[in-house]
Amino acid sequence: MSIRHTAALAALLLLGTAPFAQAADKPTDPQIAHIAYTAGVIDIEAAKLAIDKSKNKEVVDFAKDMVRDHEAVNVQALDLVKKLKVTPEDNPTSKALTKAATEERAKLAKLHGAAFDKAYVDNEVAYHKQVNGALETLLIPSAQNAELKSLLETGLKIFQGHEQHAEHVAGMLK
Amino acid sequence: MQNHHLWIALTLAVGIVPAQAETIQVTIDRLVFSPATVEAKVGDTIEWVNKDVFAHTATVKGGWEVMIPPKKSASLTLKTAGPVDYFCRFHPNMKGRLVVAP
Repeated sequence: MSIRHTAALAALLLLGTAPFAQAADKPTDPQIAHIAYTAGVIDIEAAKLAIDKSKNKEVVDFAKDMVRDHEAVNVQALDLVKKLKVTPEDNPTSKALTKAATEERAKLAKLHGAAFDKAYVDNEVAYHKQVNGALETLLIPSAQNAELKSLLETGLKIFQGHEQHAEHVAGMLK
Repeated sequence: MQNHHLWIALTLAVGIVPAQAETIQVTIDRLVFSPATVEAKVGDTIEWVNKDVFAHTATVKGGWEVMIPPKKSASLTLKTAGPVDYFCRFHPNMKGRLVVAP
């Protein structure tokens, strides 16, 4: 992960583009596995915060759906990497995602009531959109192993579903 | 379709007992209802077979909802005629349609 890579990442972050978008280097399968798993963990952690904080049934139900689905995807991901004898490899994209998510969670943690609900759900829409873009344009096309690619494709459908579900919940909060 | 209507008309006219209720399977695999469109009749049962590790629903906006747990099946007996679109409430990009004859 070259200077060029880091510079591109910094530039994109400054422009407010997703941490994913630094397509200077094509990720390897071990990196893709790590990115996909990390993306799931991030959404689970945000959802757990929402389950703790929100009093809105729609929001809590949505958050529970996120925990359930992303835990199920990640179980499949772990089974697959074990089967393929691939060790997920940390990488700048995973690190950037985790950093951005930690900041977002800190922001959310300070909010309460309707302000929290709106910020959480809006972030869910944006986050799933971002992950979908990365899956479509970077992760799926870069994946070498057919089973990994197939799992990512299922993941994309799940995430697209979540994006629409989040949009629906966002619409109800208005 | 025309033949179908004719047949129904004929059946009704002659007073033959309609065909027995059937169970029609719809498989869910990787977030796809298959077949996406099912033709059935009132009294038939739709059985959704969920091959995914994810929970899904078959939900009609303003109507019924069937919960379909991961790796399980769930059924609904059709009570009203007419075409009806359904979707998964958890993953609204999953869509299906039932065309229910009287």
